Amino acid sequence: MTPEQQIIVKNGLWTNNVALVQLLGLCPLLAVTSTFINGLGLGIATLITLVLSNTFVSMIRHWTRPEVRIPIFVLIIASIVTAIELAMNAWFYELFLVLGIFIPLIVTNCSILARAEAYATRNNVLDSALDGFMMGMGFIFVLITLGGLREILGQGTLFANADLMFGPVAEGIELSLSDDYPGFLLAILPPGAFIGLGLLIAIKNAIDRRQSKQAIIVSTPVNTTQSPAQ
Amino acid sequence: MNIHKQVATTAFLLMLFATIGAALVGFIYDNTYDTIKYNEQQALLKQLNNIIPASHYDNELLTDTIVLAAEHRLGTTTNSIAYRARKQGKNVAVVFSAIAPNGYNGSIHLLIGIYENGKLAGVRVVKHKETPGLGDAIEAKRSDWILDFNGKSLTQPSNKQWKVKRDGGEFDQFTGATITPRAVVKAVHSALLYFDLNKDILFKINSSNKPSESKPDETEP
Repeated sequence: MTPEQQIIVKNGLWTNNVALVQLLGLCPLLAVTSTFINGLGLGIATLITLVLSNTFVSMIRHWTRPEVRIPIFVLIIASIVTAIELAMNAWFYELFLVLGIFIPLIVTNCSILARAEAYATRNNVLDSALDGFMMGMGFIFVLITLGGLREILGQGTLFANADLMFGPVAEGIELSLSDDYPGFLLAILPPGAFIGLGLLIAIKNAIDRRQSKQAIIVSTPVNTTQSPAQ
Repeated sequence: MNIHKQVATTAFLLMLFATIGAALVGFIYDNTYDTIKYNEQQALLKQLNNIIPASHYDNELLTDTIVLAAEHRLGTTTNSIAYRARKQGKNVAVVFSAIAPNGYNGSIHLLIGIYENGKLAGVRVVKHKETPGLGDAIEAKRSDWILDFNGKSLTQPSNKQWKVKRDGGEFDQFTGATITPRAVVKAVHSALLYFDLNKDILFKINSSNKPSESKPDETEP
């Protein structure tokens, strides 16, 4: 992996995380993260869309014109999302029943247009696909963390309904905190999503701050070239 | 480059991509249409079989249908479809949709199956917006509450007992949620009354005998 690609990976997962740093795609994110499995579902669908749209946009980047590039990107993204929805409906029906409602939501996710515009128009196909993949992974990471936290706090379970996504194999996977967990409604309702996301952003910033402090202390005497990435 | 040529090229480019996009979606739509249709029918059949086991009938449940006009007893505001189960030509049961308009958070959409003798075959919640963790116990996958309706009828329990326990009836409510079960009990009771009055129409064999298009989505308002 080239150094450039390593930066793509780090950007997508952490430094420039779609949900925690760019704060994009919050509408679907806040709407569906009531459970771990819901979060994972939206995450996977978004990941596929990001990879495909970045790939296509990068492929045609020399043929567009600056005046109409945004409409063209929107056309491409809308076609891809519709194609994915139809294909899943036909060939992965069980999965579609779970994810189906999230797929149209992807259109409201501005991170896809943002990555097409900010990255895929300026870089080659391979790097663009990788960027889409890593951005998608970073998004999944936030979705399942938030979904998992809200599910544990709200209803005292984790991985509920996993069988809908992974088939009967996953039926026993659901964990329960205790049999008579009273439940914490706030965590499941929309305000819980806002509060949870705020806390996640705060934690990420705290970790970054601590690391940059350490990096300065460690690196100043020995290695002046390695500045903390940002 | 002169301005006209530039505009023309740009417009052409946009049109080209629109055509490609539309062609792609059209192509996939065409190739998945039959499979999607089949999947939907199978899913609907599975839902109906949850209420009336496949062994109880031998007709084509999905094509032996009758369209019901909007009906206040069922809470429906548009046409809905009733599915009739028959075995060896004898009427077994009918399954139709009903809407409880007064849930805690809007309408609760139900699928109700009633045997020919007026006993409930089963009730399932199709769609609702009740509070997660409280009112959503009406879903069969979250609790067994909805199964309590099985075997109930207009006479068993009596008219007065068709209420939740808090209102002096016989059906359980949930801790922290009375409005949701109250709405469902009322809708099921009202559907039973409707069945009692319209039994003959509900089981009537279609005179035209042409298989009507059964599309589950069309029952939704």
